[in-house]
Amino acid sequence: MSFKNRDIISIKDFSKKEILHILSIANKLEKKTPPTLLKGKVMSSLFFEPSTRTRLSFASAMERLGGEVLGFSSTASTSIKKGESLFDTIKMVDQYSDVIVMRHPGEGAARLAAEAATVPVINAGDGANQHPTQTLLDLYTIKKTKGKVDGITIGFCGDLKYGRTVHSLAVALEQFDNITLYFIAPQALQIPNEYLEELKAKKIKFKQCDKIEDCINKLDVLYMTRIQEERFPDPLEYQKVKGVYRIGLEILKNAKKDLKIMHPLPRVDEIKTELDNTPHAAYFEQAGNGVHVRKALLALVLGVEK
Amino acid sequence: MKELKISAIREGTVVDHIPTKNVFKVAEILDVKSNKNVVSVATNLPSKKMGHKGIIKVGGRTLTKDELNKIALLAPDATVSDIKNFNVKNKFNINIPQKAENIIICNNPKCITNMEDVITKFEIIDTNPLTVKCNYCERSMVDDEIKIK
Repeated sequence: MSFKNRDIISIKDFSKKEILHILSIANKLEKKTPPTLLKGKVMSSLFFEPSTRTRLSFASAMERLGGEVLGFSSTASTSIKKGESLFDTIKMVDQYSDVIVMRHPGEGAARLAAEAATVPVINAGDGANQHPTQTLLDLYTIKKTKGKVDGITIGFCGDLKYGRTVHSLAVALEQFDNITLYFIAPQALQIPNEYLEELKAKKIKFKQCDKIEDCINKLDVLYMTRIQEERFPDPLEYQKVKGVYRIGLEILKNAKKDLKIMHPLPRVDEIKTELDNTPHAAYFEQAGNGVHVRKALLALVLGVEK
Repeated sequence: MKELKISAIREGTVVDHIPTKNVFKVAEILDVKSNKNVVSVATNLPSKKMGHKGIIKVGGRTLTKDELNKIALLAPDATVSDIKNFNVKNKFNINIPQKAENIIICNNPKCITNMEDVITKFEIIDTNPLTVKCNYCERSMVDDEIKIK
């Protein structure tokens, strides 16, 4: 299995075997990070949209492995302001670096960048479309905290309509065995039908409900999401649903003792801080895992890990 | 009563078995407005195969591959006849291409193909109803949602 020069654009491009391989390399590099593994390699970090965790964890991953980072975190000081196309920007950056990490508001922008570049492109989020490295770090967190991915029961809660992390993780989990999914959301924010149709076609067990209390005792993992105001076309629709889920110690009374709570962060008020120091909280560790997964991806696409 | 209510053409192309709802879209693809020769467009004609159908006769020219690929998406059961001296010289069915390049406009306003000058690429997922998927934003579109360039 070779990942050398491969673009990382969509989680749908990866088989279960490939996903598990990436997770095993992440695990290896978490245990031991060779400080010169990517010495002499340059990563272009092109963030056309704001980001905290993704941008910094990619930079951290590259620098911890001895590589260097160049790029921008906003378009304000670049030629994009002068009207340069994405295609032309990538054609240029392609010659400055060995790997390109890019976040862009245009859906499909990463695929277009990969066509323009000769070096591998890693998608760090293209609008509401794909964010494959988030999905991989979510899977890594599940595997690390539960010891496996096969056989888990996971509840997704919050904004399941607009939340791309939920969509991508649900799609990735389709490839694993004996998975059960619970979609916990008010009707207005339930997961789009196309995903449910796909789950039915693949005979994956799932249920929809609107209260966490209805299924909390069944879950191995609870994946909370923020209700994202910026994704709502109608502000009134947002006002109706904001703050509907706030989990704290009270709700977890009936939960399994080893339930893990994940969240792609940032959170607003959906997880009370009283849970932060309980064994259930996996969300800060999850953010940290982003560095290990991104170390693995950089090492794999640059061909220094096989 | 004769089946055809529109006259035969001496030289040109006949596109038959067009779904009635797409007749004028096909006419637009063929740019009939600019054609200086005879053009006949008929719709709601009775058809054994389709119930009702449309037919377009364009005088004085044959169709390009690009036009045939576009028509295939709107009229997958269409037959095309090349006419020479009032006779059918060549008659064929058009095939839906597996991929549509530079034919369809993505209906997702946030797709990169609507932000930059990019040649669109779509995969044909299903033919009945016609379902296509954008190679870039991965959005699927069905039937009437599909806009031809």
